[in-house]
Amino acid sequence: MSEAVALDHHEPVTSTGIPNKKVLMWAFLGSDCMFFGTLISTHLIYRKISATVGSNYLDIRDIFDIELTSFSTFILLASSLFMALAVSAIHKGNLNSTRWMLFGTIIFGLIFLACQVYEFTHFVHGKLDESGNLVHQLTLSSYQGEPHVFGSTFYVLTGTHGTHVAIGVFWLLGWLVYSFTGKMSTAHAIDIECCGLYWHFVDIVWIIIFPVIYLMEYAL
Amino acid sequence: MAIESIKYAAPETETAVKTKAFPRPGQHTSGIIDWLTTIDHKKIGFLYGLTALFFLLLGGLEALLIRSQLWDHNMSVLTNRQYNQMFTMHGTTMVFLVIMPLSAAFFNFIMPLQIGARDVAFPRMNTLSLWCFIAGGITLNLSWFFTGGSPAIGWFGYAPLTDTRFAEVIGDMGPDFWVFSLQILGIASLLASFNFITTIINMRAPGMTMMRLPVFTWMTLIVSFLIILAFPAITIALAELMFDRTYGTNFFDFLEGGKPHLWQHLFWIFGHPEVYILILPAMGIVSEIIPVFSRKPLFGYGLIIFSGAIIGFMGFAVWSHHMFTTGMGIVATSAFSILTMLIAIPTGVKIFNWIGTMWGGRIRFDTPMLFSLGFITMFMIGGFTGIMHSSVPVDAQHQDSYFVVAHFHYVLIGGALFGLFAGFYFWLPKMSGRMMNEKLGKLVFTLMFIGFNLTFFPMHYLGMIGQPRRTHTYNEGHGFETWNQVATIGAMILGIGIAIGVYQFVNSFFNKKLKPAGKNPWDARTLEWTLSSPVKEYNFARNPIIKSRDQAWENKYGSRDNHSEKEPLDDHGVHMPDRSWCPLITGIGLFVLVLGMLFHQGIDASGELVRDYTFALIGGVVFVLGIIMWAIEGPGGYHLFPKESEE
Ligand code: HEM
Ligand SMILES: [Cu+2]
Repeated sequence: MSEAVALDHHEPVTSTGIPNKKVLMWAFLGSDCMFFGTLISTHLIYRKISATVGSNYLDIRDIFDIELTSFSTFILLASSLFMALAVSAIHKGNLNSTRWMLFGTIIFGLIFLACQVYEFTHFVHGKLDESGNLVHQLTLSSYQGEPHVFGSTFYVLTGTHGTHVAIGVFWLLGWLVYSFTGKMSTAHAIDIECCGLYWHFVDIVWIIIFPVIYLMEYAL
Repeated sequence: MAIESIKYAAPETETAVKTKAFPRPGQHTSGIIDWLTTIDHKKIGFLYGLTALFFLLLGGLEALLIRSQLWDHNMSVLTNRQYNQMFTMHGTTMVFLVIMPLSAAFFNFIMPLQIGARDVAFPRMNTLSLWCFIAGGITLNLSWFFTGGSPAIGWFGYAPLTDTRFAEVIGDMGPDFWVFSLQILGIASLLASFNFITTIINMRAPGMTMMRLPVFTWMTLIVSFLIILAFPAITIALAELMFDRTYGTNFFDFLEGGKPHLWQHLFWIFGHPEVYILILPAMGIVSEIIPVFSRKPLFGYGLIIFSGAIIGFMGFAVWSHHMFTTGMGIVATSAFSILTMLIAIPTGVKIFNWIGTMWGGRIRFDTPMLFSLGFITMFMIGGFTGIMHSSVPVDAQHQDSYFVVAHFHYVLIGGALFGLFAGFYFWLPKMSGRMMNEKLGKLVFTLMFIGFNLTFFPMHYLGMIGQPRRTHTYNEGHGFETWNQVATIGAMILGIGIAIGVYQFVNSFFNKKLKPAGKNPWDARTLEWTLSSPVKEYNFARNPIIKSRDQAWENKYGSRDNHSEKEPLDDHGVHMPDRSWCPLITGIGLFVLVLGMLFHQGIDASGELVRDYTFALIGGVVFVLGIIMWAIEGPGGYHLFPKESEE
């Protein structure tokens, strides 16, 4: 069952034919590339020059839980599919499907965030080894109690990405709520499209973060 | 005024929920409410300009204190810490609260008129940029009143000066204020730039192709791109610094594995594009003025734009010339040295273009032209010293000496500020509708030109004989005294010149005795001069259809084919967006959030650190509510029906 919505085109004429909101979004994403670029470079630079902690080699694999992160990566990728379907649905004027797809994106976004919260809490609290000692504890300022930068660059980078996801979830939630006011029309396709651009971008950033920050530790 | 109007609801307003607490001010709002809720790019530009001129006087006062301290050896006008605070505040103020917002004032006021638009693409976002800028200015200057006073870390905030453990005063909050104010100012610049980019790309009048855009508009576009690509580096660096200072991370903390060197890289990756962000608007202004006062079209329009773009592009690849003496290794150092030398080429191209424009022209020496000529000559001297320290061994001598201070003041005052003053003398008649007194204008120019050179030319010599910068005094016997005294006297003269100039600008809005400007007092060339002065709120009664590059000039002197046309008036009228409270509410939310973050730490009775986020949270909630209301109210709008003659 699909609930049709009234066709409603109120886009102002622009010089390029591209809606203003879309140009704005692209400009913002260009800028956002540089935000993440700076964070990722900071992380990589320190990863290379601070490879030890105290006098021992720092093996990040002891900290990471790669199965969990692979799972959450998969979830985030899948959410992009929902997002794309939501954009396509609103263009077709299919409100019902738009709602479900937005809902799916939000839920998958939330699962990703939940994984990250879980990951962060476990890293901060560390693990217990066989003899019951606390090991592999990574905080903002230290690893196993020794001052180190890995925690700083790791948490701030992935935290910034998580914040982006959270903002995206709120934004989509706003549109989901709006879709129940009965005022949503194809005129809002551009707004959903902008959400989509943002969401896909945040996803792509993760596709860079995951291999560069996580997988690379296993390849070398 | 024979303007009829009817109530009009834009598609979005039909759905708008009218919030009772903040009803939208209507079309006939005036007075303070109008200024607080305006979304008119002309009023926003005016407020940017006024606030920045205030900060110009404040930053100037700080500079005069610095100069008084250096009048003679071992003076004690300022303590060493106060001296450090003074040059930190002076530099930060002049870069972020004066030159950038003055440029933004012109972007706002002039650019939409030049492309034939009725406003920018996102008028309410434009207002939010303004409030963020003002909030940032207030935050920075609030630092004077709290623990440790203002930051004493330089405008570059080098680590480890910002490390809490090395603070001269326990619990020093200066650097925190610096970090947070730069963050809000960054938001202001980013939002404004997104807006200008969208406007220039998308809101041009029919026929206004990219290669017909006035050079000033082109420079606005290039600078906006520089801002959105360069500011993220400093935003992240500042965020990392905030984490270091507040939550104990180790990004720049060398005792715990961090590298202060990284701060320098991140700062200058932003910092060098930033100097082009400061100079390109002034170059755009001068490129508009010189053709007008030479009565010739700009020589090499395409080349000027292309070299502007090249400068912008290469500006991202030379940052490490600020770090030649940090030991980056031979390869990196040589590469950055060569690139720095290369960037002088497009810069030189522009200078030849301006000279070519004047060549054979009938030059009039009105105040805007005098400032433009001052710009070219002074900027050239600054450029030459720049090329000098692009050579690594030479720079090893210049680094951290007064020679560098001379270099960047020649490009920043002789360049950027002179260009902006030229812009004021040129365009204020369009804003205020009144001509300014030419005699007084020439006096301002003379005072500024003489004062400026007296202040900064001797610094070349002082630097060469070894006076270090960022040092609060010097000993007897180095032979520094005489030229420092000349510089201090020059600074006073420069200060007087600037003060009279600011008075003249502000006065031109209030003094009814001044001569009315009329549409085109300078016989100028670009589209804004086809409009009445001051410009009507709707800018263009009818959309212009552009036929050539210098449209105002062609309409007057060109062949019939090149005259612009106008789209017919339709019964739809001119759509004006509604005023809104939301930008102000959102801005206040952000301001409270920042203050909440600044003051969230405390020490309880047992000496433990306690964190209290109540205020930050309140600010955050107001901020989010502001955005939600913003989204719900929509752009709104009403219609105006100007008569044909009313432009
Ligand atoms: C011909 C083009 C230019 C070249 C080759 C050039 C080169 C340089 C170099 C090598 C330095 C580092 C000096 C040192 O610290 O030892 C420097 C410093 C500086 N330049 Fe330029 N420059 C040029 C144009 C400009 C322009 C147009 C501006 C601003 C509008 C500017 C603003 C500055 C500032 C503010 C500093 C000092 C920053 C600080 O240390 O606090 N320069 N320049
Ligand atoms: Cu530079």
